[in-house]
Amino acid sequence: MSDQSKADIAVAKFLEHTDGEVASFFEACVHCGECAEACHFHLSTGDPKYTPTYKLLPMVKAYKRDKAPFSSLKKMVGLAPAQVTEEELLEWEPLVYDSCNMCGRCTLVCPMGIDIAGTIRKMREGYAAAGMVPEGLQRSAEFVKKTSSPMGVTIKALQAQIKHQEDITGIPIEVDKKGADYMAIFSSMEIMGYPEVLGAYSKLFKKAGVSWTISSVAYEATNVGVQIGSGPLAKEILQRVVDAAEALEVKHVISPECGHAYGAIRWAGPNMMGRQFNFEVVHIIELLDQLRREGKIPPGKKDDRTMTLHDPCQIIRRGGLLKEPRSLMDGSCGNFVEMKGAGVTNFCCGGGGGVSANPRAEELQTAAFSQKLKQLDGIDNLEAVVVPCGNCRTVFEDGLDAYERDLEIIGLSELIAETLAE
Amino acid sequence: MSFIEFVEGPFYTVAMTIFLLGAAWRVIGIIRIGRKKDISPPKGSAAAGFFKGNLRHFFPRGIFARRTWLHIVGGYGFHLGLFGLMLFAAPHVAFISERITGFGWPTLPRWGFVITAEIAFAGLIVLWVRRISDPVMRLISDWDDHIGTWITFFVMLSGCFAMQESHVFLRATHMLLVNIWLIYFPFGRLMHAFTFFLSRGNTGATYGRKGMNL
Repeated sequence: MSDQSKADIAVAKFLEHTDGEVASFFEACVHCGECAEACHFHLSTGDPKYTPTYKLLPMVKAYKRDKAPFSSLKKMVGLAPAQVTEEELLEWEPLVYDSCNMCGRCTLVCPMGIDIAGTIRKMREGYAAAGMVPEGLQRSAEFVKKTSSPMGVTIKALQAQIKHQEDITGIPIEVDKKGADYMAIFSSMEIMGYPEVLGAYSKLFKKAGVSWTISSVAYEATNVGVQIGSGPLAKEILQRVVDAAEALEVKHVISPECGHAYGAIRWAGPNMMGRQFNFEVVHIIELLDQLRREGKIPPGKKDDRTMTLHDPCQIIRRGGLLKEPRSLMDGSCGNFVEMKGAGVTNFCCGGGGGVSANPRAEELQTAAFSQKLKQLDGIDNLEAVVVPCGNCRTVFEDGLDAYERDLEIIGLSELIAETLAE
Repeated sequence: MSFIEFVEGPFYTVAMTIFLLGAAWRVIGIIRIGRKKDISPPKGSAAAGFFKGNLRHFFPRGIFARRTWLHIVGGYGFHLGLFGLMLFAAPHVAFISERITGFGWPTLPRWGFVITAEIAFAGLIVLWVRRISDPVMRLISDWDDHIGTWITFFVMLSGCFAMQESHVFLRATHMLLVNIWLIYFPFGRLMHAFTFFLSRGNTGATYGRKGMNL
């Protein structure tokens, strides 16, 4: 691949992904800079280059040069932007991958309502097609191709974790159970870092009388293709889950406590596959909220510690599940205190959108986490944070460690399971 | 043909035609690019979200206001002032009534014009000073931002000079600048006056499908 062709490939993808929606964003931006005031990377570093709209510049240039109305006229009179070069793409690559979690907070402050996060996702398609992807993310993609998991989690590793949880709870977990109502998928981070979530599911679903299973061939929810910006890889990863769910004839697939996995399968999934699924996608938080409202998982003794709730961006701000986790928290937590800015305007942990899988971005991620830390510090006598996303949990733990802070981080499903009525 | 007859006659007609056709071409051009149909099962209405998104972004969110108040005050001051002047300055109403609508409406008294103009000027100056002084704004601004600002500034300034209608030259200068502004409008970032509804609407529609109340 020659230097020039890399730029050409990226630009061709930029243009392909500049649909009417993206064009409307590029045409509406007035360069007001408000988005910088919402971006945790800018707020924590003060560096203007982290202004969200600035991160889009190469894609904007490609659009204005080759696709925008009047672009031919402007090219004729020499007023069109110059061609995007490989040097420029390389200069922007850390802005596109290291300093954007695709969290969407900038959209809320934007007077034009521009979805910069969604556009960064499309811009990454150009970078991925040109092979300009950070090494860490590339490594995750290679693991996925071999094992379906970005961390290389094999079915044997999953089976060991299932066995361990069965021993703890005394409840069997049936793998590949055909005709089950629900098929659960998990993020690698949950399977290896927080396997107690498996035990929490089995305890909650037994209580609720829910029939569920885990597929031995499609247990991974993380979609590295979405993080990198590779449509073909994203589709390949999704295909495994869809095929397994339809082969097992389940009615629902449960998206786990993982931010981007929900968006990848629930909202982007059918569009990637070009068809609707033969099953319904439900987020675990939605399902638990529904089961609680139906009285199937009644709360018992509440956890009386002072707790707060982190809002994973792709589940809350960009996923629409705002009330459900709060309703669950109210039932299980005796002293639930919201952090300042909670809900749709909450700060990202700093590690979403593939940033946590990109070692090059570690320092920046830790800097961005300082905004979250400020929110936590605003709550008196805080004892625990409920973080309903496996990736956010590791970012929280790393961030707290980096800032030498001690705070318990727990998942929402585990909290619900621990406070379940006997 | 005198200069005033030229700028209010054929030049104005040409400028207005370029403005209307150019703006329509650009908006239609954006829409014509199209968007793939979203086939994920919706939780809410995309159409309702389109309109809601448009309305919601008129109102700044409180949590950001402390950091963005200068821009909010400047932006609202300028835009409200500009629209007040455009639609309610007595000479404008007379011009529109005579040339376009055939009917007029109540106009701003002189003191109202002065206050409205001061608000518009103050807003525009605040926005421009911020553009040249704030590190973020300096980084992201381009020549189009500055040209749009300055043309608008001179149109407003010449309009104030022409308000008294004491000299034909002042009125002609104002009309000349208005014509230049109209011709520049469809090709630059001034078009945000028309494209904002598409941008807000598209994001609003996406949120609306997800059943989100943003």
